[in-house]
Parts: sequence; C-alpha cells; structure tokens
Amino acid sequence: MYALDELTQCYRKIKRQAAFKKDLKELLSTYVGRPSPLYFAARLTEHLGGGPRVYFKREDLNHTGAHKINNTIGQILLARYMGKKRIIAETGAGQHGLATATVCARFGLECVIYMGAEDIERQAPNVDKMRLLGARVIPVESGSQTLKDATSEALRDWVTNVRSTFYIIGSVVGPHPYPMIVRDFQAVIGREAKNQCLKQLKRLPHAIIACVGGGSNAIGIWEPFLHETKVKLIGVEAAGYGVNSGRHAATLMKGRPGVLHGSYSFLIYDHDGQIVLPHSVSAGLDYPGVGPQHSHLKQSGRVTYESATDKQAVAAFKLTSRLEGIIPALESSHAIAWLVKHAGSFRKSQTVLICLSGRGDKDMGIISDWGRIAP
Amino acid sequence: MNRVAEVAAGTRPEKLLVPFFTVGYPDLKTTIALARSAADAGADIIELGMPFSDPLADGPQIQHSSQAALDNGIGLRSVLDSVRKLRRHVSVPLVLMGYYNPLLAYGEDRFLKAAATAGVDGFIIPDLPVEEGAGFKTKVESGGMSSLFLVAPTSSPQRIRMIDKNSTDLVYAVTVTGVTGVGRSFSADTDRYLRSLKKSLSKRFVAGFGVSSAESARRLTRYADGVVIGSALVKIIREASNRKGCVRQVSRFLGDIRRAL
Repeated sequence: MYALDELTQCYRKIKRQAAFKKDLKELLSTYVGRPSPLYFAARLTEHLGGGPRVYFKREDLNHTGAHKINNTIGQILLARYMGKKRIIAETGAGQHGLATATVCARFGLECVIYMGAEDIERQAPNVDKMRLLGARVIPVESGSQTLKDATSEALRDWVTNVRSTFYIIGSVVGPHPYPMIVRDFQAVIGREAKNQCLKQLKRLPHAIIACVGGGSNAIGIWEPFLHETKVKLIGVEAAGYGVNSGRHAATLMKGRPGVLHGSYSFLIYDHDGQIVLPHSVSAGLDYPGVGPQHSHLKQSGRVTYESATDKQAVAAFKLTSRLEGIIPALESSHAIAWLVKHAGSFRKSQTVLICLSGRGDKDMGIISDWGRIAP
Repeated sequence: MNRVAEVAAGTRPEKLLVPFFTVGYPDLKTTIALARSAADAGADIIELGMPFSDPLADGPQIQHSSQAALDNGIGLRSVLDSVRKLRRHVSVPLVLMGYYNPLLAYGEDRFLKAAATAGVDGFIIPDLPVEEGAGFKTKVESGGMSSLFLVAPTSSPQRIRMIDKNSTDLVYAVTVTGVTGVGRSFSADTDRYLRSLKKSLSKRFVAGFGVSSAESARRLTRYADGVVIGSALVKIIREASNRKGCVRQVSRFLGDIRRAL
C-alpha cells in the first residue's frame, strides 16, 4: 500500500505541473508521432454496402506500432519525477514490453520485462527488439506461463524492490491508481479523435468501436465521449472459439465479479474461484480480467460489450489488409470484425469510428499458421 | 475466548512456533499427518494454506505447493474437510491462509459459517488489505474467529496502528519487502523494524517470510513473539524421497526450531 500511496500522491502532484505537461506534449509529438490521423476507410465502407461510413483512428502509426506508447511515455516521466532508477513491466504479446523498453532506452533507465515463457516463444521478434533496446527479458515459468503470470511476477518484483523500482503497468488494470493513470495517458486518443471528428466530419460519430482485453485503448478513445450520450460506445471482446466454447477471453460477457492483481472487476474463474486461462488468437486480449472501469461501464449500461471470434478476427485482418492497405493488429481486428458482421444495424449515413489500436506485422506468424495468407 | 486469543494471551513464556502447510500438498492424507506431527513437535498455531491459482504474495516454493494441490483437485471444501479431520486429533489453533477470490466464489458468509463450524480459528488473507477488510473482520469475529492483518517494513505508522487495531488477537509481520521464500538474509534494518513494531503494536506479533533455520528464527524472536515457517517446510517436503520421510524430517526440523526459541 505504501508504494500505491506514494504513486497516487506523486501522480496527483506531477500531472498538474506545467513542466510535466510540456514534456509529455513534446514527446508525444516528436517521439511518438502524435496526433495520429483520423482516416476514412472508403473501400471498407464500400464493402459494407456503402455505409455506415467507417473511420479509423490510426494508433497503428505511433512509434512502436500501437497505442501502448502513449502510456509508457507518461509513466516513465512519472518514474523520473519520483527518482526511480529501475523500471519493470509485464507483457503478453510483447507490445507493452516493447513500448516500455523503448522509453527506458530513450531515458537511459534500467529495464526488466516479465514475459511468460510460452509467450516468449510465440512472440520471438518482439523479444529480440526488447533485448536490442537494452531490456532484460525474464521468462516466467510459473502457472500458465502467459500474461497473467507475467503480471503476478512483475508485482512480486515490485513489492520486493519497491523502494528503487517503478512498475509500468500496460493496461487499465491492477490496483488503484493504475487504472486511473493509464486511462489519463490513453485519453489523448479520444481527445484527438473528438477534435478530428468535429473538424473533418463536422459532428461527433454515431458510434465508437474498440477491442477490449484489459481495455486501455477502449477507455482511451471513449473517455472524452463518456458524457456525449448520443455517441454509442461498443467494446468488442475476444470470443476465441466462441463465447460458449469455454475457450475465450470474453471477461465482461462471461465472467463474474472477482479479485485478481489488486482489483475487483469482472474475471473469468471456475466454481472454486481459481482463475481460468483465457484464450484468444490475439495475445493482447488474452487476459482473464478486465479494467474495473469497464465493469462499471457495463453495469451502468453506458457501453455495450460484444464479441468476435478468432475466425472472424482473422478474416477482418485479411479484409482490411486487402481493402485498405492497412495491416491491423489482430486485437484491433476484433473491433473491425464485429462491425463487418453488424454493419446492417447501422444506417448508411451514420459514421462509425474504430480504434485501430495497433499494426499487425507482429501477427504475421499467427496468420500464416491459420492457413493461406492470400485469398 | 478462541484458541488464537488464548495462545496470543501468552500464558506460556516461550515464543510462538507457527508452521505453514498447503492443504493437499503433497496430498491430503500427508497434510493431516504433517499437521499432527507439527502439533506434537510443539507448534503453537498451525497455518493451513488454501491453494490458489495466482498466489501473488508467495515465492516459488509455495507457488509450487499451491499448484500441486490444485492439480490434486483441492478446493475450499477439501480445506474444510481437512480442518474437521484435524480437529479430532489436535487442539492447537488452526488458521487458514489464502487469497480472496476463492472465498468470494464460495460466498463469504457461507464460507465463514462453514469454517467456524469446522473448527477454524482464524484467517490471514494477504490480498485483503486492512483498508478493505472491515466487513470481513467483523464477520470473522462474530463467528468467534480471529483475523490477522499483515504489516510490512514499508507500512506507515498510521497504517501500523490501523492493522494493530483491526487484527483480532495477533498481528502478522512480514519481515522483508517481497514474497515468501527461503534463504533470505536479515539485516540490521530487519532488527530495527521488528524492534519498532514491538514498541508500537499493542498486540503480540509473529514474523514470517524468509524464516529458514533455527538461527534465523532465534534472531527474529529477539523482538517478535513468534515465527511463521512455510517455504522452508515446502522445500523439505519437496526434496524428501517419500511421504513418510517428509513427515519425519519436518517434525525433526520443527523440533530443532522449537528448542531454539
């Protein structure tokens, strides 16, 4: 609790400081490449029968290829302010690990990344990149050897080395204040998108669709729209082999309130309360929990949570590549897949904004395992 | 008065010896045998671990025992069964240690009622911080049981007071920052920390995390009122060639510690 109290206090102080705001803004602009464009996906729109009109918020164009760096830039500035010299992080697919290793290299801080031994094998290119950037990647052999165990191991490291170490959590999960901090740093996506919609479309979108694993890109793009009640918000979870298959990561649709990694939120567990291993073709959605704010948004009814299967996501991945010349991350492909299936529920004149949270080159190995790449 | 309160009241001059066993590791029958022999070897309280898939506060040894117990199909029902069985043979307090989610899944009220009936004397739930634990503590106490909260070297004086106040009879002091495990060395900082706890706590306290020998137990009990030993026991059980051998070795090890205290 000491570390969480310290973090909460420092964050409250630093986020209001002009110097911090200036540093963050400059790095987001010159290092990350923000603002990311709002792009009209004309051929995908045409493919859906001429409507709804589909726009992508292009987080795939950020440095390191995903929205993750918005958060790691913010948290590393916080770590520096707190005088912490050693950075740790957990990673599943490797995108958050990569974004953390990147900012550690940028600021010359020691970096330790915990990654499930099984994920290390599945995501070898990201592991090489993290090592190239100077990070030490520690294989986690305990439990299921995936993201949840990497998170447990990072938390164990943190409580052990709490005085010297800053833990950069990668999603809106974990104990307070992390869900709040990560939301604040990811909300840049939504603030930009709102301005861009008003400028380019002259109005707010009819709906905003985002994939939800832990849920940081979704919270980020929705945050400035939560009070715009006319804007429909749709979160798409990973249904894996199907929401009723028992092999999925659809926490909000199929889970129950539970406690893991310091938060009380929807969680997938068995009748004995043991955490059940999730499944998704996309490693970034492969987490048994979900950010507590999503649980709140589900129960308040502000957001509708839906799902897309592995198969639908892979099909959307290929479709978007061919129609738009954009290879989307498999995570983001879930959001696209849901729209492809439900386009008929929108009017043609309506505009739908999709958070394209990352790019898909990291997924090429998985896609080729799924069969023929070409149609 | 419940059994933990009796022990904590300290009618005996010796320091408290608190061994920990994961229920169902290496198997249920052996857990019972281990706990009975620990009581014979002079344990004052026996801590029984409720296995969990993601034991955040535990190091590799207890992670291993917890996973092995889950692989043996152990859930909270088997934990309660074990308590009932043990109660027929031993009179030492039995304190359950484990994580919150299985309790939540079972139903907090239902579980606490069943636990009281089975003969459980107290609870240590490392992922239930004192700030969130008021409701739980009240229910535990109204069942005649005892709730132990954890203090750490990083706890503020204000938080230490809160933990002291909310722990029913006994406080659990984590000796080092970090997770459970063996082979840690204690520094002058550990002594200072335990000495200051001795001064600031109104209740008696046991020290755990990293106690691996009679020597370290003796050192910690210069200030602490007792020691909890977990990972070191798992290690002995894990390395023993057979079930009978592990019970004998654990009993001998605890006997050595008992004499050192």
